[in-house]
Amino acid sequence: MASYNLSHLKQLEAESIHIMREVAAEFDNPVMMYSIGKDSSVMLDLAAKAFAPGKIPFPLLHVDTQWKFQDMYRFREKVAQRYDVDLKVWINPEGKDVVGPFSHGSEKHTQIMKTDALKQALDHYGFDAAFGGARRDEEKSRAKERVYSFRNKFHQWDPKNQRPELWNLYNAKVDKGESIRVFPLSNWTELDIWLYLMRGDVPIVPLYFAAERPVVERDGVLIMLDDDRFPLLEGEVPMKKKVRFRTLGCYPLTGAVESEAETIEEIVQEMLLTTTSERQGRVIDSDGAGSMEEKKKDGYF
Amino acid sequence: MSDQEYRIQDEDLIRDDITAYLRKHETKDLLRLLTCGSVDDGKSTMIGRLLYDAKMIYEDQLAAVTRDSKVHGTTGGDFDPALLTDGLKAEREQGITIDVAYRYFSTDRRKFIIADCPGHEQYTRNMATGASTADLAIILIDARHGVVTQTKRHSFICSLLGIKHVAVAINKLDLVDWSEEVYEQIRDDYNAFVSRLGFSDIHFFPICALHGDNVVEPSDNLPWYDGATLLHHMESVNIASDRNLIDMRFPVQYVMRPNLDFRGFSGTVASGVVRAGDKVMSLPSRQTSKVKSVLLNGDVIDEAFAPMAVTLTLEDEIDVSRGDMLAPVGNVPTIGNEIEAMVVWMHEKPAMQGRSYLIKQATSLVPGVLTDLRYKMDVNNLRKEAGEADSLQLNEFGRCHITLHRPIAFDPYDRNRGTGSFIIIDRLSNITVGAGMIIDRVVREDSLGPKSKNIAEARGTVRRQDRENMLGQSGHTVWLTGLSGSGKSTIAYEIERQLTAAGRLCIVLDGDNVRHGLNRDLGFSADDRTENIRRIAEVARLMNGTGVIAIASFISPYIKDRQDAREIIGADHFMEVHIDTSLEVCEARDPKGLYKKVRAGEIPQFTGITAPYEAPDSPELKLATESLSAEDCARAVVAMLDDEGVLGADDQ
Repeated sequence: MASYNLSHLKQLEAESIHIMREVAAEFDNPVMMYSIGKDSSVMLDLAAKAFAPGKIPFPLLHVDTQWKFQDMYRFREKVAQRYDVDLKVWINPEGKDVVGPFSHGSEKHTQIMKTDALKQALDHYGFDAAFGGARRDEEKSRAKERVYSFRNKFHQWDPKNQRPELWNLYNAKVDKGESIRVFPLSNWTELDIWLYLMRGDVPIVPLYFAAERPVVERDGVLIMLDDDRFPLLEGEVPMKKKVRFRTLGCYPLTGAVESEAETIEEIVQEMLLTTTSERQGRVIDSDGAGSMEEKKKDGYF
Repeated sequence: MSDQEYRIQDEDLIRDDITAYLRKHETKDLLRLLTCGSVDDGKSTMIGRLLYDAKMIYEDQLAAVTRDSKVHGTTGGDFDPALLTDGLKAEREQGITIDVAYRYFSTDRRKFIIADCPGHEQYTRNMATGASTADLAIILIDARHGVVTQTKRHSFICSLLGIKHVAVAINKLDLVDWSEEVYEQIRDDYNAFVSRLGFSDIHFFPICALHGDNVVEPSDNLPWYDGATLLHHMESVNIASDRNLIDMRFPVQYVMRPNLDFRGFSGTVASGVVRAGDKVMSLPSRQTSKVKSVLLNGDVIDEAFAPMAVTLTLEDEIDVSRGDMLAPVGNVPTIGNEIEAMVVWMHEKPAMQGRSYLIKQATSLVPGVLTDLRYKMDVNNLRKEAGEADSLQLNEFGRCHITLHRPIAFDPYDRNRGTGSFIIIDRLSNITVGAGMIIDRVVREDSLGPKSKNIAEARGTVRRQDRENMLGQSGHTVWLTGLSGSGKSTIAYEIERQLTAAGRLCIVLDGDNVRHGLNRDLGFSADDRTENIRRIAEVARLMNGTGVIAIASFISPYIKDRQDAREIIGADHFMEVHIDTSLEVCEARDPKGLYKKVRAGEIPQFTGITAPYEAPDSPELKLATESLSAEDCARAVVAMLDDEGVLGADDQ
């Protein structure tokens, strides 16, 4: 007799698909935030499964800061074709071709080109639900976030006033102008993501794998010179190092790690044997304890 | 956590054969659990210890916590493992966990999702949230304090939410000198009250979370303990048999229509197994068809079972849409719009009888009215609270009747979590204000409600208040209880005389006159006595509803029966009066010659002699007839009614 047991990964998949179908059924105008990262890749692949043999019934939205890695832009176009999905790209018109991390600093750049841009895009298209690929294990303040995370008209999150969430019954009721951020990967961990990707067939940006890349070391962080907008400081000499990225964002704000890992197995091996957590590479989190929480209250994903 | 060197789980295997390691992890299963304990039981410490000992903490996280320990820690600057888990800034500063947080860790056998629930008693709501998806509950007890009210409360909530497996972690054993006696005493205390809660297994673990004893590794400090460690138990507890694989239920989530040739119904199997060829009925329409194919991720598979998310196609073009449920012909759920449920309230604005809400159950979203709040549940002892409940406050549990605008398909929660649960949404604020678990109506406690499902309470436009205003008094029941011959009837009729003289409308319901009419089919067995009291209480309630004061004079020997009467009538309208006359005096008075007959063996069951009399613990009034005249006793009752405002504002 069959045992009728599902592995943890199959259970997570089923849960994510359930959440996506709920959103597609209950909201008027949902969208999937697409960051081009590995979690986004998994989320998108699950969406394709959820609605097969049909098409994904909502568009993808990429909030483009204009400072992503070139590899990411190439990958984005390939993926939109592969999944036959409507990809929308939004660049904050107020900051377009003006604001950047070098001219305005990382904090202002992120605020204008990422947080503000996201809010603009959601308002512009009138999306009432937006999927995000965040996981609860990523960061402490995320541990308490709901799968359906309510945002007011100003896209703000109120951690003290969250809707209770029981069983797999999600409350999709919002008034006009309000929205829900939906996190279908809430219960996945970093290892789960890699285990899913390891089964093959789901493409991820090549930057996750180690290769010789031009980098400089700044404040102890290895930054890749991805285009000619990178102003070298006096005495700074680019060097070739075999590096990979654990997370992807704006290239001047994303630290690389030296690595030999060229396959997913090797990445996982390296990840398990290293002793620092994933977000360490992101400059944005180290502003202070609770910094992510502050950003999220303000509408950051 | 004095030893803060960093270790990695399975380090050798990862280094030598990463593929084997990953294969092991790909096939592990999933356990969802919740942890509950009072504020200082060491819950966060225990979770921190599990994460740390299972090597799920990265070095930089450890460094950050060590740094934070000096600022926020409660350990005098030493490493505070609770900081590994306390998420939000505000909480960290207050030193308490105020919301459910989810933690993740795994071994090569299982992935664990921990719902970390705060211990404060006002956060029942969070516990219910965490418990709703949990298979196992870890209940923490501080060995110095033993089983306390909160331990019971947490256990009851787990039981109400349908958790089957409980692990009781008796913590801080180091502070009681690793005493086996203390451990055993707590174990026995816990077992004593938990027996009726329906847990299928309970295990006990002596631990010290702070130093890690018996959490992940066995401890030399506990030579008398030869059981498993807490983590070992978490890895091995068998939850497979908890699942309902019998009753196939498929709530339709989404209708898939990619092209004219394909029409599929997507959803998550809530319970049971579904295969191609199965005859299914769509509910509530009751149209039938056969499953044509089962698709997973667009690919045809043989069968699907809970909790798989699949798509079904059917042989026939029957009408199926979101909110409908597919079930096997011959094993269908209940279909109806009347629901009995245990509801937990989750919002500051209380639940009000008569108010309309949105009810989300499975994939249905239906407006419904909270038609009756039958009683509240005291989660400190899992007993019904006395009295009429007309509102349910934040963090309270109550038994409710809900009338939906449309019928839905459902099962009792204890048989099917997926189709027996619902959330309650406020129609104005859109907030989730409550959650409910559907109760099978044939259960014994349902006897307080109407037996037929088809009796809807007729509601006219004239209110009780209108009738009471007409009479200038409030409907109220004076319930006199006491031994035979204690003087109940004499006092009852004296009360009636005094009230009538004062111009108040009242009537005596007396053991003898009721038994000759309404209850002439009843004898004196315990069951018949219970039914006797129930009927009298219903009559008194109807009378009170007209504004009339009922004076019920019955031996009513059982506390439980008088409690039921109080519930039926409503605590606000109920005055229990104990006519406290000793058995010797009653027997000496023997006004009807009954005691003589009992002593002669002519009456088999007689209260006070061959059958018990349970005196009230705290009656509203206790009258010692041996030192008071009947007139004085009656005056005391009338005065109390006046104090309660029953007799209106007029002069008597």
